[in-house]
Amino acid sequence: MTAIKTVGVAGSGTMGAGIAIVAARAGFKTIVYDTRPEALARARKQTEGFFAKSVERKKLTQEQVDRILADLTATTEAAGLAACDIVIEAVFEDLKVKHGLLEALNRVCPPHTIFASNTSTLSITEIAAGSGREDRFVGTHFCLPAQLMKLVEMSPGLKTSDETFQTAWDFCKAMGQVPVKTKDNPGFILNYFLIPFNNDAIRLVEAGVAAPADIDRAIKTALGYPMGPLELLDLVGLDTHLLVAEALYAATHEPRAAVPALVRRMIAAGRLGRKTGGGFYTYSGNAMFGG
Amino acid sequence: MAFQLIDTGGSRSFPERHPLLTAAAERGEVVVVVIIGARAAEAFRSVGSRERYAAILIELGTECLGTHTGEARGEEGSNVLGFARFRLGTAPPSDLVELVHQPRTPETAISAARKLFEDHGLKVALCGDFPGRIIDRLVRPYYNAALRRLDEGLASADDLDTTLKLGLGYPEGPIQLLERTGLAEHFDITQALYAACGDPAYAPARRARVAKQRQKT
Repeated sequence: MTAIKTVGVAGSGTMGAGIAIVAARAGFKTIVYDTRPEALARARKQTEGFFAKSVERKKLTQEQVDRILADLTATTEAAGLAACDIVIEAVFEDLKVKHGLLEALNRVCPPHTIFASNTSTLSITEIAAGSGREDRFVGTHFCLPAQLMKLVEMSPGLKTSDETFQTAWDFCKAMGQVPVKTKDNPGFILNYFLIPFNNDAIRLVEAGVAAPADIDRAIKTALGYPMGPLELLDLVGLDTHLLVAEALYAATHEPRAAVPALVRRMIAAGRLGRKTGGGFYTYSGNAMFGG
Repeated sequence: MAFQLIDTGGSRSFPERHPLLTAAAERGEVVVVVIIGARAAEAFRSVGSRERYAAILIELGTECLGTHTGEARGEEGSNVLGFARFRLGTAPPSDLVELVHQPRTPETAISAARKLFEDHGLKVALCGDFPGRIIDRLVRPYYNAALRRLDEGLASADDLDTTLKLGLGYPEGPIQLLERTGLAEHFDITQALYAACGDPAYAPARRARVAKQRQKT
């Protein structure tokens, strides 16, 4: 059971659009807010494409999709989220940007509205401090791509009330997601372990311990991981890895979170991963060479 | 490929019957020599006319290949390679063979070794002569971090495991995996790496140390 009926999603980038799909698909009236009409239009098109595939794959019927899409609306005004019981922000990972957004939302949303953040690197308590409702604030970190991944890392800030956390937890389950509870620590669980692990794999390449294909083959064969760390980095993009790792290192100063020098050299050489045709591997179209 | 097996007993890579063990040649010209077991070093020293083989393969524990072959100015390398089938604690060995070469190991020796293992259903990852090779070097800091964060209350053991399984598709979370394969065994490997590298990331986590102490008593 959840007390939440109407869901707001602030930001219509990849994560925002994915979270909106999750909420709308679970039957919640969902409103996506973005100041950029073109971003909303792009997200709408991608969302319609996603649901068209769901029909094709017989996961949903056309009638279900029509109903979901009718309940999934967009707004370019913060005031458009005034009727929401919870608003999940998925805007740029910058404390000032998030505080600006939350100040505006705090003015238009009723007192009972819970604010949630999809941040992956910032502190929930620090974001909550600029929200005007620190007790009704919670971390809800979805995984990419949100519309396919069940996991949500949920963190209370220092001032989050038990009632808020429980309401958000129940809502998360009502969306069909699998919440896990973690402390408000840099990187929560997933990035806290993944970023240093990936850095260590890069250091193995840097030190000449083994070639990327040997490292990935070793990890997949010995441990059954679906992807090797260097394949995964090529998929994520080294520029994205750099941003997340720098944020984690700034917050923790743990040596394993520090980005290896090879990453900056590869970025300078345009070897960002799949999206530039080469990273630790060379790609042509979607096919992978090497390995 | 005809090869000779020298089994000194107590091999971690081949604790039980395996197609590779039964395939060793009883006759024909031996191309590769495979030495396994706890006394592999001693057996290696007794192998004469080493240059006549395409490759001589020594099963390694936590030591470097260089301890058997000697090293010289970063230019060492011969037909002698090291190997170990990766194995987590008390779990059975995986299908992965970490094949250890030196800077000047000839390609012909690497190819012969690779072919021998692959012909018997094993997968090979080639790596340099570094402590921990590939997997231990990568996973031990992660396991130590998971144990430390469990102590610090980052999340419950179940939530830590669930996050890594659902978030990254790992077949098992770190806590469940260490409980299944042995915390004391994790201690042994990570302690050896800590001694070899001096990197605090390898320093055994408290829970591993406790498990080791309990094993002793």
